Amino acid sequence: MQNRRDFLNLLCRGTILTGLAATTGVLAYRSVKGGNCDLGTSCNNCKKSESCDLPEAALFRQTVWQLDPTKCIQCGRCAENCVMSPSAVKVTHVYAMCGYCDLCGGYLKPDTKNISTAAENQLCPTSAIKRKFVEDPFYQYTIDEPLCIGCAKCVKGCGAFGNGSLQLQIRHDRCVNCNECSIARNCPSDAFKRVPANKPYLLQGIEAKPEEKNKV
Amino acid sequence: MKKTLALVFLVFLFTIQFMNSYGIQRFPKPEFESGYVQPETLLPNPRAEVLAILDIAVLIISLSVVSWLVIKKRNRNGVFWMSLFALAYFGFYREGCVCAIGSIQNVTLAIFDKSYLIPISAIIFFVAPLVYTLFFGRTFCAAVCPFGAMQDLVAFSPQKLGSRLNAVLGVIPYIYLGLAVIYAATGTDFIICRYDPFVGIWRFNASFGIFVFGGILLVIGIFIARPYCRFLCPYGVLLNWASRFSRKHITITPAECIQCRLCENSCPYDAIDIPVTTKNPESKGTMARKLIFITFLIPVLMLAGGWVGSKLNEPLASANAKVRLAKQILNPVTEKNQAETFEIQAFKSAGKQQRQAFAEASEVLHKFYIGSWILGGFIGLVFGSLIAGRMITKHQTDYTPNKGTCFSCVRCVDYCPVKLPLITK
Repeated sequence: MQNRRDFLNLLCRGTILTGLAATTGVLAYRSVKGGNCDLGTSCNNCKKSESCDLPEAALFRQTVWQLDPTKCIQCGRCAENCVMSPSAVKVTHVYAMCGYCDLCGGYLKPDTKNISTAAENQLCPTSAIKRKFVEDPFYQYTIDEPLCIGCAKCVKGCGAFGNGSLQLQIRHDRCVNCNECSIARNCPSDAFKRVPANKPYLLQGIEAKPEEKNKV
Repeated sequence: MKKTLALVFLVFLFTIQFMNSYGIQRFPKPEFESGYVQPETLLPNPRAEVLAILDIAVLIISLSVVSWLVIKKRNRNGVFWMSLFALAYFGFYREGCVCAIGSIQNVTLAIFDKSYLIPISAIIFFVAPLVYTLFFGRTFCAAVCPFGAMQDLVAFSPQKLGSRLNAVLGVIPYIYLGLAVIYAATGTDFIICRYDPFVGIWRFNASFGIFVFGGILLVIGIFIARPYCRFLCPYGVLLNWASRFSRKHITITPAECIQCRLCENSCPYDAIDIPVTTKNPESKGTMARKLIFITFLIPVLMLAGGWVGSKLNEPLASANAKVRLAKQILNPVTEKNQAETFEIQAFKSAGKQQRQAFAEASEVLHKFYIGSWILGGFIGLVFGSLIAGRMITKHQTDYTPNKGTCFSCVRCVDYCPVKLPLITK
């Protein structure tokens, strides 16, 4: 009796172990190979690597969440839905794209009568954008990051009237990288996606130059 | 003059341009004459990928140490200190993220969605505790899982619940697991992570609702030890089944049970099976009748569950973003002060066809239809097994930990008066 039970236990254990091993093998193989990539594992020899958005194959490749500014409609939900407060999504200023306008669509309210740094003229609800005179007629705008709440008002203004140099991004010093991003779940335009941790930002435009990336 | 010109230009732009267009240089980059140096855009890096290996190493080492403490040393103190370490590392340092419970969803999503690349660390966090459980019992629950460690600390005055209540509440994890799998498989939601009760405490940052949920669980946990582990944890279902077939398992007595009953009330989790001696063995007739009843009952319950489940597929699917969008296209509702919801705005600006949105939604609905049949059938099976388990009286001579529900916390061992050296002498 006891032996028969032991044998059955062994059988079940073996079956479960085999199943686990098979699942692990298949999933790990898929992950390491790089998902839909059918060219093999070496990205260095791949001619497509310029246009490829698949993560480079690596055994311990992690993914992080990022916001695709081309899909973003600046609804403002990033400010409300992050598990962190204030949100891990903040505006990122791509200086290389900025026109240094005096009349900045991201800094000033659209119905502003005179251009000044007065609080009532500022679009940002927390005055997180700092305006500094550079030389006539150019002004530099910098983000005071701790103040930014990710409401996207400035992003909307800059995108509508200017160059679109203000873009929302998940700041990875604040993001806790939840298994499923709670902003992604509430994003109306499906702008959030998992990106490989070695390319953690999705900035648009001139910024896409590789040397601009990952400057800490 | 410059200002008026700028304003005219602005009005002009406003009229022609409503869409966002990134990367279009409307205003050229200025050529500075004052020697101004453009600042760099700062982009902080995420947590280094190498540290994922550290997490895996800590998991494997903890599992090995705790298994050794439980099976070889039978040492409660060691297990307690390991659980404090787990709470510190996986709880407060890693903030509850990368966890075995949530990895169920990653594995499910990876199986059903080929474009999702699951990190190796998530696979290992799913598989390693199961493998250890197959060999040593639920040592992961004992002192590696931060959820268990957290609740173990507050279990000051555990009360017995009675086998009936335990069995009925024990069904909830199966339903939770089923729902988690169906939502992960359809790419809808990760409900285990969303309703993670303790993550707020570990991060010192969460919504009010999550804090309340975590707080309530901890308060209940004073009287009903480990409420999350016993009556909610979906990963516990898998560990429960793996543990039933485990090669080794903690025993209360190191040698032979002397039926002293000292350990009877030692388990805070009602996981000790007490001896059952049937005075009047059932006749073959009643046993056969019971067997026939069960073999009919389970398929009937499964079919009934599946049918009920399939009727619930639409409410279940309404959590899916694609289904929600299709519903909003059909019945436009307004969001506060908005002419149309952000979803509709985004849909329009993406320039997709309505037909495409409906096709995507109906595809999701179909997946949910199949999924909810399986889910319903699964829940039927669980209830059937529950009834069957209560109809069959198991013969038991000694006090033993129930291999399925025992968390291997080693509390009961200290109550056993039998000492191994005495016997060997």
